[in-house]
Amino acid sequence: MKARAFSYRRAYTVDEALDAHASNGDDARFIAGGQSLVPALALRLQAPRILIDINHIEELRGVTREGEWLRIGALTRHCEMLTEPLIAEFAPLLRAAAPFVAHPAIRNRGTLGGSVALADPASEFPAMMLALDAEIEIAGASGRRRVRADEFFIDLFETAAAPGELVTAIFVPRFRCNQRICFDELARRRGDYALVGCGMQATCKDGLIEGIRIAFFSVGNVPTRARSAEAAVSGGRIDAERIAAAQAALDSDLAPPESDEVPPAMRLHLARVLLGRLLGRLGEVA
Amino acid sequence: MSSDIDEAEEAVRVRFIVNGRKVACEVAPRDTLVDCLRNSLELTGTHAGCEMGACGACLVRLDGRAVHACLMFAVQADGARIDTIEGLSESGDIADLQAEFHRRNALQCGFCTPGMLINAHELLSRLAEPSRAAIRDALSGNFCRCTGYEAIVDAIAAVADARAAKASQKGSPE
Repeated sequence: MKARAFSYRRAYTVDEALDAHASNGDDARFIAGGQSLVPALALRLQAPRILIDINHIEELRGVTREGEWLRIGALTRHCEMLTEPLIAEFAPLLRAAAPFVAHPAIRNRGTLGGSVALADPASEFPAMMLALDAEIEIAGASGRRRVRADEFFIDLFETAAAPGELVTAIFVPRFRCNQRICFDELARRRGDYALVGCGMQATCKDGLIEGIRIAFFSVGNVPTRARSAEAAVSGGRIDAERIAAAQAALDSDLAPPESDEVPPAMRLHLARVLLGRLLGRLGEVA
Repeated sequence: MSSDIDEAEEAVRVRFIVNGRKVACEVAPRDTLVDCLRNSLELTGTHAGCEMGACGACLVRLDGRAVHACLMFAVQADGARIDTIEGLSESGDIADLQAEFHRRNALQCGFCTPGMLINAHELLSRLAEPSRAAIRDALSGNFCRCTGYEAIVDAIAAVADARAAKASQKGSPE
């Protein structure tokens, strides 16, 4: 349970971090909150030669409004999702999801950017990027770019951020008064990885769902949007019939992998149950 | 000639403020904070359990917030303020929690107790009167393999009540 020996370097600017990574190639890892990386090092699932600590890069901190967007610095800790007023006002789905992320002490240290960059398919925040239609800002050798969440998650632990690139901020379209959110997950114990989890954000008009984004986690290799289910509830009032249609549509949206603990059929069943509950709640407030 | 010497582990000098005292020590970059506290500073109240962030026995306060000392490297804490269970005990800030844990047998072997106390302390500083469900939720990352948690939840709830009663007495005009 001890990490292999490595060198440690503290970076104070994004450029410094990128340079340090570039000069060490595959042997380098960035460390932010470290709440997933440190166990991986302790278990020697990873054994980099150098750790580049990005916790002291001032530019990666802070939550600010930028026009129609909320910019959330990559180093924003999970616990700040619960206390930061701008998150409550302009990205309430993140606030709703935060209590489900691990345990309080993990939330005190883990970062939003780290969670999104790791792209653990069982984690809450990566999936919420999809539900929020967020954009992920990436810094690399060729400068900065923003990638839509829909294009960010590529495969298991693989994202649009190449090795050596750094997620610097998350941009969330600001929440509007005609929007509604819902989040929940099913887990054996609080704080455990969910058997299945789901978050959604809908745009309403006169009690009708104009548009909705539904994102699941713990259902496969990547956080996954349920596009057929979205289509099934869009354009009308949420009633029992539409909820049943959305639940049935999950068959074509999700393909949970084989697993000893949770067979695919069971996970799909749980996803339907969860979707039904969440749409029911959304219907009450739409 | 031999490359073995190149593989010798580097040592880094780190400085922190631990329990209000400035300390410096030499660590290897891969040494976790919990190992540094226990082995270099001989503060053995912080317990190393699972060493992967699951059991909560190693909780310390880093710049005022509870974190797992097994989930960060000592070099990362360079320049930080760290409070361990020893410091919190000396400060008297958790004396009521400790007394209530003792009174209600909220521990048996005691391995989890430092982490439980640090977590409970943070919970009560954030939420003056937590429900039992909120207490259980906050303790979800602290494993106790002896007590079944009931007495621990009782103790924390009792301290919350006592502190609230004391605060309302102070607040009343008489």
